[in-house]
Amino acid sequence: MLRFLERTHVRVESLAVLAALAIVMAILSPVTGSGVRVFLTASNLFNIILASATFGILAIGATFVISAAGIDLSLGSVLGLASVAGASLVVTLEFPWYFAIIGSLAAGAAAGAVNGFVVTRGAVPAFIVTLGMLGIARGLALIISDGRGIYGLPAEILFLGQARPWGVPTPVFIFAAVALVSHYVLAHTPFGHHTLALGDNEDSARATGINVNRQRMALYTIAGLMAGIAGLVFTARVNTGDPTAGLNYELLAITAAIIGGTNLFGGRGSILGTMIGALIMGVLQNGLNLMAVQAYYQQMAIGTVLIAAVWLDQIRARGRRAQ
Amino acid sequence: MSLLELSGIERSFGPVQVLRGVDLVVEAGEVVGLVGDNGAGKSTLMKTISGVYATDSGQITFDGDEITDLDPGSRREAGIEMIYQDLALAPQQDVANNIFLGREPTKRFLGILPAFVDKARIDAEAQRMIDSLGVQIPSIQIPVGMLSGGQQQTIAIARALTFKPKLVIMDEPTAALAVREVESVLRLIRQMREEGIATILISHRLNDVFKACDRVVVLRRGNVITDLKKDRTDMAEVVSYIVDAHE
Ligand SMILES: Nc1ncnc2c1ncn2[C@@H]1O[C@H](COP(=O)(O)OP(=O)(O)O)[C@@H](O)[C@H]1O
Ligand SMILES: [Mg+2]
Repeated sequence: MLRFLERTHVRVESLAVLAALAIVMAILSPVTGSGVRVFLTASNLFNIILASATFGILAIGATFVISAAGIDLSLGSVLGLASVAGASLVVTLEFPWYFAIIGSLAAGAAAGAVNGFVVTRGAVPAFIVTLGMLGIARGLALIISDGRGIYGLPAEILFLGQARPWGVPTPVFIFAAVALVSHYVLAHTPFGHHTLALGDNEDSARATGINVNRQRMALYTIAGLMAGIAGLVFTARVNTGDPTAGLNYELLAITAAIIGGTNLFGGRGSILGTMIGALIMGVLQNGLNLMAVQAYYQQMAIGTVLIAAVWLDQIRARGRRAQ
Repeated sequence: MSLLELSGIERSFGPVQVLRGVDLVVEAGEVVGLVGDNGAGKSTLMKTISGVYATDSGQITFDGDEITDLDPGSRREAGIEMIYQDLALAPQQDVANNIFLGREPTKRFLGILPAFVDKARIDAEAQRMIDSLGVQIPSIQIPVGMLSGGQQQTIAIARALTFKPKLVIMDEPTAALAVREVESVLRLIRQMREEGIATILISHRLNDVFKACDRVVVLRRGNVITDLKKDRTDMAEVVSYIVDAHE
């Protein structure tokens, strides 16, 4: 087990944090009529996984980019753009149902490709490019939708968000499938090795013959594609193409990746770790909800977790160097 | 036909012209020492050979083919390996992955999924390479950043030699090494010559250069000042060329 965690770069600490947090939340959460802690009811646990699935997919996108020493601040906005793009094709323009899928994924991947293009060709720092895209994608989503939600998606799409085959919500299957493929790509393919090497030492990557620009371009496009998938899931879950979908989700996604063990400065990244990170964020949000903590405070809590996680990582890195 | 031929290589960084029309020829199996003051342009010149830097003008042919416009990956394919002054290793990746970086052997996972990195093979072959260099590394699976300078140097050398190169460029490979380790690098260069591998050795230690090389080339301010057969010169003469005191 320990060897497996080591091989997949999952930190034992993040598992411990997840367990500890779950215990705390269970103890602090109110009790139902039948005497069970609300937090521990099956439906609540499903809620956690369901909520985690959306930004978990986003966090997987963040993991790809961050392990290559990049950053994508536009993920949440691109999710909103993808949600609106898919819904408007099917609802407003009355294309067949599967255009919601094509539209969301294409809009996400396109926004990511633009990020990647400007980062590699324009020599503008990723931080600025994706901050700009955060504004552009959100603005575009509001323009396309005229600032309103686009309701009334076909049953095929709703299935992707609301059905429960074998009792498990569809988004959880989608999250698991995306995570499985992503783990394979990042941990076991040359593409994944090159991604980590690029984040570790760009000169090394270039010198060994890795096409650094092409690699970056692909990574930002993948991140955008993940935002597209998350946008589709969001649309399907709430039956709305929502231009405000994914607001502040980049905060959740990046935090989930970092507490999952991905190195903010590149060179190390783990999809399984990110899944655990996403669950930690889900448990945190859910627990605070159950305790009726206002959303405003939740934002503060998540922001604090992000800073603390990076701080701890820095201390740990310094400790390693001092050895 | 020579193994490597450079003609009229120029390269500037912004307003600073670092290489001013360099001509250089290296024969197969030959060991050439490249010396010169700090900032003479030695590392820059070598990076134009490995493809990390593009040239502004000039031509590079290798093994009969023009390679001037090829990227570093294609040049490695052609048989040019370089050990960089800063080693260019990825510190958080393990020893074996560093050695195989950019050239990961793959297999099919469960017989179906393509492009699955064959980690077992990487580990086994990396271990064999390290052993053949006669060095001790605690484990092939620890991050390179946790190794000593000398051990990291060995990893960089192992990476250069794993894919049967025709030319190996070593940029200050002995700068960070203990005396005993320097000897083993020099021994390795001799061994490579016996196998027909050409080497360009950059070093400040003229002793090492004279021990290992057939020929010494002096670079000064981006020009090749002289090109001397080892047995027709001595250290004093080389030094006088380096510092521009030669008649
Ligand atoms: N990437 C770069 N950008 C700008 N200037 C550079 C770069 N690389 C090298 N130089 C300049 O080129 C000159 C030669 O450097 P270098 O080739 O490293 O010399 P050497 O290896 O002979 O000491 C130096 O003046 C150095 O500042
Ligand atoms: Mg140098």
